[in-house]
Amino acid sequence: MGNFGQLMDGFVVALTMHHVMIMVIGVLLGLVVGVLPGLGAPNGVSLLLPLTFTMDPIAAIILLTSMYWGALFGGSTTSILFNIPGEPSSVATTFDGHPMAKQGEAVRALTLAFGSAGFGAMVGVVVITLLSGWVANFALQFGSPEYFAVYFMAFASFIGMAGGSPFKTLVCIMLGLAVGTVGMDTISGEGRLTFGITQLTNGISFLIVVIGLFGIGELLLTIDEGYKFDGVKAKLSLRVILRTLAELPRYWVTLLRSALIGCWMGITPGGPTAASFMSYALGKRFSRRGKYFGKGEPEGIVAPETADHSAGSCALLPMLALGVPGSATAAVMMGGLMIWGLSPGPMLFTTRPDFVWGLIASMYLGNVIAVVLVLATVPIFAWILRAPFTVVGPLIAIVCLIGAYTVSNHVFDIWVALGFGLVGYVFKKLEYPLAPFVLAVVLGDKAEDAFRQSMLSSGGSLSVFFEGSLVATMMGIGILLLSLPLITALFGALFRRGREEGQTHSS
Amino acid sequence: MQITSLRKGVLTASALAIGLTAANAAMAEWKPNRPVELVVSAGPGGGSDIFTRVVQAALTKNDLVETPLIVVNKPGGSGSEAFNYAEDNVGSPYKVYFGTQDAYVLPLGTKVNYAMKDLTPVASMVFDVFILWANPKASGINTAQEFVAKAKENPGKVRVAGAKAKDADETVVTLVERAAGIDLAYIPYKSGSEAAIQVAGGHIEANTNNPSESLEQWKAGNQKPLCVFTSARLTDKTVVADGMSWADIPTCVESGIDVKDFVQPRTVWMAADVPPEALAYYTDLMKKAMDTPEFKDYTTRNVQITKFMTGDELKTFLAEQIKNYEKIYADNNWLLPASQ
Repeated sequence: MGNFGQLMDGFVVALTMHHVMIMVIGVLLGLVVGVLPGLGAPNGVSLLLPLTFTMDPIAAIILLTSMYWGALFGGSTTSILFNIPGEPSSVATTFDGHPMAKQGEAVRALTLAFGSAGFGAMVGVVVITLLSGWVANFALQFGSPEYFAVYFMAFASFIGMAGGSPFKTLVCIMLGLAVGTVGMDTISGEGRLTFGITQLTNGISFLIVVIGLFGIGELLLTIDEGYKFDGVKAKLSLRVILRTLAELPRYWVTLLRSALIGCWMGITPGGPTAASFMSYALGKRFSRRGKYFGKGEPEGIVAPETADHSAGSCALLPMLALGVPGSATAAVMMGGLMIWGLSPGPMLFTTRPDFVWGLIASMYLGNVIAVVLVLATVPIFAWILRAPFTVVGPLIAIVCLIGAYTVSNHVFDIWVALGFGLVGYVFKKLEYPLAPFVLAVVLGDKAEDAFRQSMLSSGGSLSVFFEGSLVATMMGIGILLLSLPLITALFGALFRRGREEGQTHSS
Repeated sequence: MQITSLRKGVLTASALAIGLTAANAAMAEWKPNRPVELVVSAGPGGGSDIFTRVVQAALTKNDLVETPLIVVNKPGGSGSEAFNYAEDNVGSPYKVYFGTQDAYVLPLGTKVNYAMKDLTPVASMVFDVFILWANPKASGINTAQEFVAKAKENPGKVRVAGAKAKDADETVVTLVERAAGIDLAYIPYKSGSEAAIQVAGGHIEANTNNPSESLEQWKAGNQKPLCVFTSARLTDKTVVADGMSWADIPTCVESGIDVKDFVQPRTVWMAADVPPEALAYYTDLMKKAMDTPEFKDYTTRNVQITKFMTGDELKTFLAEQIKNYEKIYADNNWLLPASQ
C-alpha cells in the first residue's frame, strides 16, 4: 500500500505537460534510433546524454528511459519488415515476424508485436511497483553460481527445443561459443582467438554478427532465390490494426507465460535478449501450435516480444536498487545518474523517492505513449514495403553497412558483418539453424565467466551449483528442460511399445 | 624591370610580415574553431567515461568553450584503441584523450599498436583512491588485521573480487599478498560495481574498489571499509555510516599492510607533435574545468584527491609511475615477452 501511495505521488511528478512532452520526444527519437540497426539504444542514449546535463534529474531520466522504450519498439520494426534486428533483443522476433510479413501480413505482424510488447512492458512496470522493495534484496542473493544457473536455464530451454537435426544444432552452438570467446578474456586478461588482429581484441560485437547473419544473409538469399515479398498485397488499413489488437487476448496463455519469463530474466541477470529467446523456445515447446513456429505463427511473435519488453522494464530495477546495470543501455543511464549527482544503490529509494517513483510513473505513461505512437507508424512502414526490391534491396544493404559501422565506428566491423552475411547465407542454404548460434554468441561469454568465477571461488568443486536452495532449484529446472526431449521420446517409445504389445496380445 | 622586381620583393616581404603577425596572434590565443573530440579509453558508464563526461558538462555548462565537445568511446583492446587513435591522428589539436594509468601501463603487459612517444601528456587532474572492503556480516571481518589473520589461517581460501584481470584491482591485490605475506584468491569480474555486489551479497569475502563504487553498500551496512591504500588518511570528515567518516578509515600501512600510495590518476593526453599553443590552451582549459562547481561535486562524491599536475611535474610523476609498474609487472610475471 505504501508503494501505491508513493506511485500516486510519482504520477503527480510525471504527469506535467513538460514531462509528457519530453516523453513524446524521447519515444520518437528512440523509434528512429531503434529502426536503424547498429545505432541502437545504448548509442542513442549516450548521444543524448550531454543534452540532459542542464535538465533536472527527473526530466533527464524520463527523456532517456522514453528513448529506451522507443528504441525497444523500433527494434522490432526492422526485424519484422527486413529481417534485420534493430536491437539484440528483437532477434527472436525475426523468426516468425519476418515470415508473416513476407506472406503479406506485415501490418498484422507489426501490430501483434507492438501490442504484446506493450502488454509485456505493463506487466514489467506493475511488477516493479509491487516488488521494488523486495527485489533489491533478492538480487543480492545472486552470486556467480546463480548467474551461471540462470544462463544454463536459458541454454537448456533452447537446446531442449526439438526441431531440425540435433547434430546441426550442436554444430551451431559450438560455432557460436567460439565466436563468443573472441577477444579479451575477463578471467585471465589474455586475448583469445584474435590471431594478432588488434581489432578483434575487444571481441566481435553481437550486433555485428546479427546484422551480418540476418540482414545481409537474408539479402543474399533473396537475390539468389528471387524476390518473394508479398508486400504489395498488404492491406493498409486501420481495420487490420484494430482486428489484430482484438485478436491478442486469444493468446493469453502465451502472453502470461512470456511476461513471467521476461520479469524473471529481467530481475535476475539474464536480461531482455536471453528472455526473448527463452520465451520463444518455451512457446514453441508448450504451445499447441508450436510446430508451426518459424513459419509466421502469431504466437511466435507474441512470445519473444512480450518477454523482451517485460524484461526490459524489470531490468531497470537492479540498476536503481543495486547500481548494477542490467544492460548496455542501463550502464549509460547509470553514468548519467552519477553525473546528475544521484548515486544508484539501496539508499536511492529512501533518499530520493520523488525521483524513483516519478521514474516508475513515467514508465507507465511512456509505454502507453510508445504503443500509440508506434502503432501510428505502422502504415508508414507498410507503405515502404510496397516499393520494388530494386529500391528496397540496396536500401537494406546500405542500412546494414552503416549499422555495422556505427556500432563502434570501425571500418573493420563492416568486413566482419559481410563475412557473417556469407555465413548466414550458407547456413540457411544448408539448413543449419541460426537461433542456437546467436544464443551461444550472446550468452556463451557470460556463462563462461560465471562458471569460471564459481570454480575460482569454490576451489574447483562443482558442488557449488547444488548447494544453495536457489541455485539448486534453477539448475534442477535447467536439467529438466534439457532432458525434456529425451523424456518425451522415452515416454513416447514406452507408450507406443505398450500399445503395440497390447495389440499383439489382443490379436 | 628592376623596379618591378624590387616592388614585388617588397610586396612579398610585407605579405610575409602580415602573415607572421597573424601567426603570432594565433600563437597567443589559439582556440579550436571546430568541434573537439574527447576520446575515452573506456566504454560508456565506466569510471573514465564519467570523468570525461563531467569535464564535458563542466566546460559546456560554464561556457568555457565555444565549440561543441563530443565524447567518443574507444574501449577496444582494454582502451588501447583510444591511444592507437592518437597515433593515427598525429598533431591533431581537435582530439583530447582521457584515461587513467592505462595509457602507460597497457604497453607493459599487452601487445598494443602505440608507444608512449605517440602521446603528449597534458595533465593529471585527480587521484581515485583504492579501499579494501569486506562484508562484516557474512565474513566476520571487521578490520584489516582480522582480514590478514583470516587469510593466514586459510591460505588461498579468502576471496577478493575486483574489476578485470591484470588491471588496477589485481595489481593492488598482489601487492597486498606480498606485503602481508598472505595468499589470496583473486576473482575478476567485468566491473568494480559487479564485484562490490558480490561482496555485499556475501558471496565473496572482500574486494578492492574506488570509494564511490561501494559507498551505497556501506550506507546499507552490506560492506565495510577496512583500510585505504594511501600514505595519509582521507580528509573528508562527513559521517557516512555507523558514525564513521572517510577520514576514520585507517590507512593500510597503519593496519600492518605496507602498501601505500596505490592510487589511480585521471589523466588527459594529446597526440604527439601537437602545436604547443594548442597544448597550452587545453592545459589551461583542464585547469579551468577543475574550478567549476560540477567538477568539485564530482571529486567530493568520489572521495578523490585533487592534485593538478602538468608540465615537468607530470613528466617526473609519469616516469616514476612507469618504473613502479615495470617492477610490479616483473614481480607478477605479467611483462610482455621481450621477443614481441
